[in-house]
Amino acid sequence: MKLLYAFFLSLAANFACADESKIALKPGAGLDKVTGYCSACHSLDYIQMNSPFPDRKLWEAAVNKMVNAFGAPIPKDDIPTIVDYLAKNYGTP
Amino acid sequence: MLSRRRFMQSAAGLLLAPPVLQARDAAFGPDELPQGFLDTASMETLPGKFPLVRKSFRPPNFETPVHYFQEAFTPNQAFFVRYHVADIPHVDAAAWKLAVGGDAAGKSFGLTLEELKTQFEAVEVNALCMCSGNRRGLFAPHVAGVQWGHGAMGNARWKGARLKDILAQAQPGKAALEIGLNGADAAVIDKGPDYIKSVPMWKALDENTLIAYEMNGEPLPHWNGFPARLIVPGWTATYWMKHLTSINVSGKPVEGFWMKPGYRIPKGKFPIVDRFVSQDTDANTPITEMVVNSMFTNIQEGVKFNEGTTMDARGVAWDGGYGIAGVDVSIDGGQSWRRAELGTDLGRFSWRQWRFRLAFDKPGEYLLMARATNRVGATQTMELIANPAGYHHNVIQRIKIDVS
Repeated sequence: MKLLYAFFLSLAANFACADESKIALKPGAGLDKVTGYCSACHSLDYIQMNSPFPDRKLWEAAVNKMVNAFGAPIPKDDIPTIVDYLAKNYGTP
Repeated sequence: MLSRRRFMQSAAGLLLAPPVLQARDAAFGPDELPQGFLDTASMETLPGKFPLVRKSFRPPNFETPVHYFQEAFTPNQAFFVRYHVADIPHVDAAAWKLAVGGDAAGKSFGLTLEELKTQFEAVEVNALCMCSGNRRGLFAPHVAGVQWGHGAMGNARWKGARLKDILAQAQPGKAALEIGLNGADAAVIDKGPDYIKSVPMWKALDENTLIAYEMNGEPLPHWNGFPARLIVPGWTATYWMKHLTSINVSGKPVEGFWMKPGYRIPKGKFPIVDRFVSQDTDANTPITEMVVNSMFTNIQEGVKFNEGTTMDARGVAWDGGYGIAGVDVSIDGGQSWRRAELGTDLGRFSWRQWRFRLAFDKPGEYLLMARATNRVGATQTMELIANPAGYHHNVIQRIKIDVS
């Protein structure tokens, strides 16, 4: 799993804009997975920008869209952790 | 009372020089934008650009601060930036080649930039380029996606070759149904869908549909599609493929995420004339032309006036290419309307500037509204027309003004 993160982070490093590093998501359980998987393809301001409207169901739909439509290789077992983090920190109960 | 000059200096909407903004400012957009955006908003400077409102760093999505819309043509350095995928190469103009062909083409060939510029008649058109999702961030209920305010658009003078002239050399057969378009950008992971679009044959053959290599008299900026992009006047920018690399004369509907399910509107909800029937489903249809719309460009919510102030409200109005017939302005929340004065007609695909003399002769709260009507009689809506992807927001703008 560490290798996977490293791979994704190296992808992010290739395509990242310089200032993207200043985006700081809220600390919380699952942040490492969110950072590792989500930032492989896009900067994390997408998450901030859409908050706080999505509830857990909408965040789950967003993550599933990333997997099913955009091909994000997120292991199934990690999806609930990511959705929980998003709903708790960037969502509406 | 604020003098006119003082007002010019104090209202964020009137700074004509590139702004320098460090803190939360009206230039980030209206207060209705998601709080998560407003709390973290920043102006960022991409290479070759003025500071723009960041929506996302990667893929790069940056909005034009609204004060630039007081100029008839949006400066290239201030023009909005919108990408779907994050692998965006810097194209070498000398090595660039446009591949023309496809299963319904009689001939395949490549064009260099020099050939594109010299072998085809150069044509110029003034046209507004607007993201389908402009103002998505104002949708209530919220629609997920890039939370654009008012600034995902810009007006420019485009110069290029007619797509129909290039297609004539490809000798499209009778089966030719759509023209597929691809650009140099790509998804960062293999399974991610490439940004591929198509336009119906009839729109591709429209004399105003260009492959542009100049924008406002200069080469296209990298972030706006260097060295060449498609210009589809009247239609939303999803079809205006940047960094164009291939033209595919297709005998069948072009597939891909960004054609279906992407960029769809429910059937029958919007007063649309242009149709893209080869892509229709029972429920929805591709977005095509822009709906009629308008906005104020020099007044933003929260600006305070003193009793007795008079000033010109200024704004722009646009539609899908029929032309603006008139703009009406109300200062009493829509109870009474008066005609605004229209600026120079720069062509039916350009936005139209307008101005309206405001006189705040009594203290109190004023509710400013502007409503454009086009030459086919379409006008703006009072209530949002909900749709799943957050397109075609043309609700009449309302700006509260306190006069003391």
